Amino acid sequence: MVQPLNYFKETASQTAGPYVHIGLAPDYAGFDIFETNFSNVVAGPDTKGERIKIEGRVFDGTGAPVRDVLIESWQANSDGKYSHPEDTQQKPVEKDFRGWGRICSDFETGVFTIETIKPGPVPGRNGKTQAPHISLWIVARGINIGLQTRLYFSDETAANGEDQVLNLIEQEDRRKTLIAQRSERDGETVYSFDIYLQGDNETVFFDV
Amino acid sequence: MTIERSNSERTVRMAGEYFQRDRNLQPPAYTPTYKTSVTRSPQKALLSLEQSLSELTGPVFNHNDLGPLDHDMILNYAKDGEPIGQRIIVHGRVIDESGHGVPNTLVEAWQANAGGRYRHKKDTYLAPIDPNFGGCGRCLTDDEGYYFFRTIKPGPYPWRNYVNSWRPAHIHLSVFGPSFTQRLITQMYFEGDPLIDICPIVKTIPDEDAIKRLVAPLDLNASIPLDCRAYKFDIVLRGRRSTLFENRLEGN
Repeated sequence: MVQPLNYFKETASQTAGPYVHIGLAPDYAGFDIFETNFSNVVAGPDTKGERIKIEGRVFDGTGAPVRDVLIESWQANSDGKYSHPEDTQQKPVEKDFRGWGRICSDFETGVFTIETIKPGPVPGRNGKTQAPHISLWIVARGINIGLQTRLYFSDETAANGEDQVLNLIEQEDRRKTLIAQRSERDGETVYSFDIYLQGDNETVFFDV
Repeated sequence: MTIERSNSERTVRMAGEYFQRDRNLQPPAYTPTYKTSVTRSPQKALLSLEQSLSELTGPVFNHNDLGPLDHDMILNYAKDGEPIGQRIIVHGRVIDESGHGVPNTLVEAWQANAGGRYRHKKDTYLAPIDPNFGGCGRCLTDDEGYYFFRTIKPGPYPWRNYVNSWRPAHIHLSVFGPSFTQRLITQMYFEGDPLIDICPIVKTIPDEDAIKRLVAPLDLNASIPLDCRAYKFDIVLRGRRSTLFENRLEGN
């Protein structure tokens, strides 16, 4: 016999369900209760950097848009610094930049949008630098445990080519599922990023 | 990263990566008895990732984000009276797998009212809305990881899975922790509810003990006599290792 290890076990995940908005975005559920609601606006007016909009839909295995999805995004500022005490880089971070957003898809169209600034490159492992990216966490009815993925940018070809995480994806074709496509619309920079939960174009999801 | 350093370089101890998730106790993506998961589950394997700063960090919240009644679902939507139903306190600690309390972390909760009706524009169940009940709350854990809500015990709820499927009474809980890798949404059930054993969503969890840990016991010790009962629900987030061996120890 050996001593028991005696670690606690992580609480099991359960689906967020169809009414996740009640708790996490009550304004979307259709009522007004909290003084402040969290939103898809990640960067405040005093945050430096290029203003961008991210737009996309999440598709299920039949090709239908998932219209009750909730996504959270996590990113660094334009200097590549996270607003977190463990990011000890000697760089400033704006007071109005938390780096986190909560995004609900439209109940009719399934379209989600994130209003933010383009992040800078951040430190990777072993002294390497990672290409600019935004971490995403996806929950919905029918998703038993939140799905983790990353969004990279189509105009960062060189950095993407060197990125440690993208290069871990064995099939080169699948790397494309993580690249948001840049375009200009009415003077705005828009990145299109669709997420495929299942099937031929399945997005790469991570176990982190 | 947090670096604890004694005077001697021999004992460099750095808070490192989070423990890998135990996928034997977490529900897999594809669980066909919960029908919606059939088309919403990835078919390709997840790509395992060694953690970087992107995974070791996560959003920080503070009391400015919250209103004074956010944790009190009995009062936070009271219009012309208090909501109808069983008055309860839900309380517990958020700890990690090493047993450390997780301080100042955001816990969010949402639920149906006493009759099993959600205040959501997509819920059309015939049980009525309670005009004094919103059904959502949120709070920050204290310095030891302790949290509590006051609410009404939710009712069971019918849903379109099998012809005659009913959810057990449950409260949805969302927890952050200091890093984005710890992000967790779960559901809390109530001791003694016979619907737990036959719920396809509960049964997405392959591990019997992991299911038991989602069932909150009645906690008379925390109940308030002649006012409300209490249920205790502890939440465990992923633990974290110390990266002792990534540093060359003196003498090695």
